[in-house]
Amino acid sequence: MVPGEKRYGGDMAVAGAAPGPGAVQAGAVELLNLPDLGIGVLLPELALLVNTRALAYAATHGRVLPPTQPPFVALRFTDRTALAGELLTPGAPDRQLYVLLALFAAAAFDTAAHLHTAVAIRQRHPGLVWIGFPAPGADGLWRFPDYSYGRRLASEHPLTTVGGHPA
Amino acid sequence: MSVTERTDVLVIGSGFGGAIPAYHLAAGGAEVVILERGPHLTAPDFTHDLRLGGYTRIVDLVQGDGITVVAGNCVGGSSVVYFAASLRAPGFVFDRRGSLGHRLWPSTLTRAALDPWYDRVEEALPVAEQSWDQVPYPGGLFAAACDRAGRTCNPVPVAVDLARCTNCNWMLNGCHFDAKRSMLLNYLPAATAHGAEIRPLHEVQTIAPATTPGYRYRVSYTRLDAGDYRLPVGAGAIEAKTVVLAAGALATPVLLQRSAPLLGGVPQAVGRYFSGNGDRVSIADVDEGKVRDLLGLERAPGIPYQGFPIGKPIGSMSYDRLDPATAEFTRFSLQQIYFPGITDLLAQATDAPATSWFGVRKKELRARWPSWLSVLAMTEDDNEGVFGPPPPTGSSTRVATSLCLSTLSYRPTANTLRGWAAADAEARAVLERDGLARVRPWSENAAGSVSAHPLASCRMGDDPATSALDERGELRGHPGLFVTDGSAVPTSLCVNPSLTIAALAERACPGIVESTAEEGVRARYGAPVPR
Repeated sequence: MVPGEKRYGGDMAVAGAAPGPGAVQAGAVELLNLPDLGIGVLLPELALLVNTRALAYAATHGRVLPPTQPPFVALRFTDRTALAGELLTPGAPDRQLYVLLALFAAAAFDTAAHLHTAVAIRQRHPGLVWIGFPAPGADGLWRFPDYSYGRRLASEHPLTTVGGHPA
Repeated sequence: MSVTERTDVLVIGSGFGGAIPAYHLAAGGAEVVILERGPHLTAPDFTHDLRLGGYTRIVDLVQGDGITVVAGNCVGGSSVVYFAASLRAPGFVFDRRGSLGHRLWPSTLTRAALDPWYDRVEEALPVAEQSWDQVPYPGGLFAAACDRAGRTCNPVPVAVDLARCTNCNWMLNGCHFDAKRSMLLNYLPAATAHGAEIRPLHEVQTIAPATTPGYRYRVSYTRLDAGDYRLPVGAGAIEAKTVVLAAGALATPVLLQRSAPLLGGVPQAVGRYFSGNGDRVSIADVDEGKVRDLLGLERAPGIPYQGFPIGKPIGSMSYDRLDPATAEFTRFSLQQIYFPGITDLLAQATDAPATSWFGVRKKELRARWPSWLSVLAMTEDDNEGVFGPPPPTGSSTRVATSLCLSTLSYRPTANTLRGWAAADAEARAVLERDGLARVRPWSENAAGSVSAHPLASCRMGDDPATSALDERGELRGHPGLFVTDGSAVPTSLCVNPSLTIAALAERACPGIVESTAEEGVRARYGAPVPR
C-alpha cells in the first residue's frame, strides 16, 4: 500500500519498490497487532487468504513462484500491485477485509495510529516525517497563532444573507 | 429480573436532534431521560492524538455497500466531532422534487418558515461569521483561486468561539479548548440543569408499546462495555409517554426496522431515501510556485502555502453554483475543508482507478501533503440509499474499534452522478486554471462514496408513500413517537446539514411538548434559548 525500501539485504517481504520508508517501517504490523484494534488474532487467517489469492493469481498469469517463500511474498512488486488492485475492486470477494487491511497499512504511515502522535513526532516516525506533519508545542498540543493570509482574497456572493449564508 | 423504569419523555440520542428537544421538554417541566450509545467525554478527554483508542472512541466509520459514512458516537453526538460549519440551506432546497416529481419537503416548510428557528439555534450555539483575517491559509488559497477564476467566495459561518480557537485543526477529536460549540456546551447542560438525566453507553435495541396504563412506549436497551462497545454488560427497559428518536440517520431507521413487528408495522419510507448529502471530496495537489506567481500569496518568506494542516478545517466556500434558476441535480456548493490523515488513503495519485490510491506514485503524492488542498462539493443527490434487514443488535455490526458494517446500500443514480460530474468540473475549472493544481476526486474503489452528512433515512414530508414522518416530525401511525435527527431531513441540502438539523429539531419542539402535555404531563413550551 505504501511501498518502501528493504529493511535489510535479502528482505523478501518488503519489495523495495520505492526509496524511503514504507508502511512496514511505519509500523503497519505493530498496528495490526494493537490490542485496541482487536483483530490481531485474525491475522494468520487473513495471511492465508491473501496467499491463496496470490497462488491463484500466479496460476492464471503464468507466474512460477519459488516454493521457499509465501506466495504473496514470492510475487514481483508489479504483480503484487495488480493483485491488490483486483482484491480491492468493488464487487471482489472478501473485498471488505482487504479494504480494512489497506486502511490500517495506510493509517500506520499517515497517522502512526499505533502511537500517541506527540510521541511519534518525537521519535521521528517515518510516515509523519515523510508527509511533513507539523510538530506540537511543548505541552503536546497543536496551536497555529499564524494561520491566515489576513486579507480579503475574493468577493462574497452578491446574494449572501445576513450572517454569511446563501440565499 | 429486570426492572422497568418510567419517565415522561425518553430521548434516544444526544446530538443536535436529541439535545434540543431534551432541553425544551425538561425546561418545560417534563421528566426526561436521554439514552446515548457512546461515552460521555469532555474537553480534557479530547486529546490531540491520532492513535487508535483516542478519537476512535467517539467517531465511527460505518461501511455500507457502495458508501462509507463518518458519524459521531458520544454524548453530544456528531456535534462533538463535526467541523462546525453552520449554514442555512438555500431557499431552492425546500422546493426540491427529486426524481419522484413532487415536492419532497412538507409544504409548510420553506427557508422563510425555517429562518426563525435558524435564528434561535444560531443564538444558542452561537454561530460566528469569520472575517477574512480569521480564514486560515487553505481557505484563503481557495478564495484566491476562486477570485482568479472569476468566481465569488465567502468565509464560512462557524459555531466556534473565534477568540478561544487556536486553529489547531483537531476538530474530529472533539475540541480540547471548548472553542467549538457542541451540544456539550449549551443545550445538554441546560437540559440537565432542568433535571434531564443523560445515560451514556446505553444502546437502544427496540421500541414497543408500553404495558403500563398511561405510558405509550417501552424502550429496551443494552448497556455497553466502556472499553469495547462490542460487549454488552447489562440490559433494561424504560417506559415513556413520549419518545424522541434521534439516534442519527444511520441508526434511527434501523431501530424502527427492528421494532416494526412490535409496533405493528412502520411506514414504508423507514430505511429508504437515504441521502449522503451529495458529498463529494477532491484533493488538489497544489503547485507552490504557481500559488506565488498566479495568486501572489506568500505566508512566510519563501513559503507561498504549505498550509494544509493549519487552521479550522473549514474556512471558505463558493455559493456560485447555488443558482435557483438552474436545473435540479446541477446545483452545489464547493467548500474548502481539511480531513485528518486517516482519509489520506483515499487521495488518488493517478488516473488508473484500480490502483490510483496506493503504490509508488501515491507515496510521491504524500511527500507533497503540506501542499494539498481538499474541497467538498455538497450536491443534490437522488435519495437512493436503502437499508437492508437490521442486524441482531444495534444499528450496525461493529467489527473493530470504530469500524462498523451497515446494511446501507447506495448506488448513485444518473442524476446524482450528473451532480458529481458538474462539481468535479467546477473544482477543476477553479483549481487547475493555468496549472495551479492537479485535482482528483477521492477514490471510490476503497470505500465507495464517502459522506460525513447522513440524512433522510426516516424523512418528513406530505406524501405518506415517500415520507415516514408528518410535517411535525411524528412517525406516521405512532402518536408520541417523534424523530428529530438528520434522518428527518427530506433531501440533501447543498450545505453542511448541522444547522438545519438543529433548526428542524427546534421547530418540532412545540409539537412534542403539546403531545406530551396531552398525556397528562404538566409540560409547557416556551423556554428561552439556553445560555
